[in-house]
Amino acid sequence: MKKDIILAGVGGQGIISIASIIGFAALEQGMFLKQSEVHGMSQRGGDVMSNLRISKNEIASDLIPFGKADMIISVEPLESLRYLPYLSSEGWVITNIRPFNNIPDYPDIDKIMDEISKVPHHIALDAEAIAKEAGSVKAANTVILGAAAPFLDMAYGKLEEAVKFIFRKKGEKIIELNLRALKAGYDFTNQHL
Amino acid sequence: MQNLLLLGDEAIAQAAMDAGLSGIYAYPGTPSTEITEYVQNSRFAAENNIHSTWSANEKTAMESALGMSYAGKRTMVCMKHVGLNVAADPFINSAITGANGGILVVSADDPSMHSSQNEQDSRFYGKFALVPILEPRDQQEAYDMVHYGFDFSETHKVPVLMRITTRMAHSRSGVKRINKVRKQNELKLPSDLRQFVLLPSIARKRYKNLLRDHALFIAESEISPFNKYMDGPDKSLGIIVCGISYNYLLENYTDRKLPNPVLKIGQYPMPRTLVEKMADECDEILVIEDGYPIVEELIKGYLGRGLKVKGRLDGTLPRDGELNPNLVAVALGKPDTIGLPVPDLVVSRPPSLCSGCPHIDSYYALSETLSALSNGRVFSDIGCYTLGALKPYEAINSCVDMGASITMAKGAADAGLIPAVAVIGDSTFTHSGMTGLLDAVNDKSPITIMILDNGTTAMTGGQKSPGFGKIEDICKGLGVEEAHIRVLKPLKKYHEENVAIMKEELDYQGVSVLIPRRECIVAIDKRMREKFKNKKAAH
Repeated sequence: MKKDIILAGVGGQGIISIASIIGFAALEQGMFLKQSEVHGMSQRGGDVMSNLRISKNEIASDLIPFGKADMIISVEPLESLRYLPYLSSEGWVITNIRPFNNIPDYPDIDKIMDEISKVPHHIALDAEAIAKEAGSVKAANTVILGAAAPFLDMAYGKLEEAVKFIFRKKGEKIIELNLRALKAGYDFTNQHL
Repeated sequence: MQNLLLLGDEAIAQAAMDAGLSGIYAYPGTPSTEITEYVQNSRFAAENNIHSTWSANEKTAMESALGMSYAGKRTMVCMKHVGLNVAADPFINSAITGANGGILVVSADDPSMHSSQNEQDSRFYGKFALVPILEPRDQQEAYDMVHYGFDFSETHKVPVLMRITTRMAHSRSGVKRINKVRKQNELKLPSDLRQFVLLPSIARKRYKNLLRDHALFIAESEISPFNKYMDGPDKSLGIIVCGISYNYLLENYTDRKLPNPVLKIGQYPMPRTLVEKMADECDEILVIEDGYPIVEELIKGYLGRGLKVKGRLDGTLPRDGELNPNLVAVALGKPDTIGLPVPDLVVSRPPSLCSGCPHIDSYYALSETLSALSNGRVFSDIGCYTLGALKPYEAINSCVDMGASITMAKGAADAGLIPAVAVIGDSTFTHSGMTGLLDAVNDKSPITIMILDNGTTAMTGGQKSPGFGKIEDICKGLGVEEAHIRVLKPLKKYHEENVAIMKEELDYQGVSVLIPRRECIVAIDKRMREKFKNKKAAH
């Protein structure tokens, strides 16, 4: 098993938390992992991306080659399109549809949605709305992760364990919230496949 | 199995502590910051009294480390690549003094300038100083190299440079630690107490020693565990890969079977006989290295025998920017891969000042104050406030190196651009702005210096600012007249008042210092969270 994942979003949206949950689940299964992060200047509200690679076999490059990513997981719709050159022809885009508008020339959201719908394999969801239903908009990133779960080739329970571990210091309530959010995202994708 | 998941930076820090580190010295700079932070956050470091507080700049860091080495203990200095420019004087001379306790200088390069003003290659400095250089290919090798580097430094009595890149620094992977943590060295002064006295008569001798030892360093490179010659059947091409670029090469062979002979480099000076072997066996050599074409130039030159060398200089690889698996594929004559094109509507999303950032109010006030004058008189510096160059502010006209705002404003004023304004952050001011301020005071230069005091080193993630609470005193101490040190509150409601004060000081024909002071919004957020957490814990 080998998954090359591009994580996309805007600085401050917390894409690294998604990476840590998938990463923990992968390591628990004895897999290799490489994850390249963005620090410094671009964290100030600029576009950010992270390369996450997990594999049963040793991984060479920290960077995913263009045209080889299995999925793009994006917490923001415009950002889901920025890294399309990385996506393989079989790859999936899993993206939030809530815009994070911090630039003067943010494109029309309908046009963004048109472009997303042109990607052969995609899942687009309103993570904030789903997270709110699950208990709090704060769990939006976990909803996105849940929506990506069916493509990770991992037992769903492994991701639940990882969520419990990553949020272990935040208390039972937060863990429960995130487990519900994970499930809601997971169900969304399964209903739309 | 892997037992720690670490960033490259963290692997280096962990290794240093495992190797008997007594002190780490650094000024924050992306992508090197997390090395020092890892030590600062380590309980082991606190329990074992490992020094880890920030230095005012890279030069003071390098010198403090040299002092610790003099005293016989193991020490590490960390900086971003441009920080090595600041530390260049002690760094180059430390090769002449040599080391006593092991000293490892870690310089983090930033090819493609993710967060920097240039992509200079620190290996040039290593070569210039004639010290050995280590360049890890992955997080594990980074970990292993730190141990090796300290031993090397103590065995050969020489500082060792470790060169990493952004990709190595900020990428996470599994790392195996050694079983037994090494104890810190005892205090032990150099056997020759004049070793560190670089009077010409002594320096000449020490320099001869260094030159003599250089042959030894080459011999060490020939047998280094980090330099490997791997044979391959197809001798039409030999490939030299340096550091992380080995991974990009491997990525292009899913079965990991490389058809060509490969020389993997992780330690410099270059292992000459291994390069000769490749030159003897192969028709052409392809050099794959992140950063500048240093090895490529070197082997083109020193072999001097018409060998065909391909790389960044002949266009086989791009001359600038970070390498990746695709660029290497093309260089190998393999097909490129690419997914879907980026739709035209995707606009860029540059980083910007945070909502509520005090710099925003400072810039709006300054721009209004200057609106009656011709454009182009604001010299700025390095920090979050450099983002004031972008829309909607477009408030600054320079960003060159740490501290250059004050001295460039002074030079421009000397040339007749009056008034000239310098904009500098509190941490950048104490890093390299203070000496320039003294120049301006001594010349009574008609410049207005705005020290944006947000109480932290914000750009790199909110580290403690060395001049915290001392800014006015420093300015007074350097001779700025007290009446012309004005503290402002950068808030919308004080806008008119701030503009009026700025106008007064711009009119003053001498050095004025304006200090807009308001805590960084991100720092407040962090502080409040901590407070809330502690409160909760207390209940």
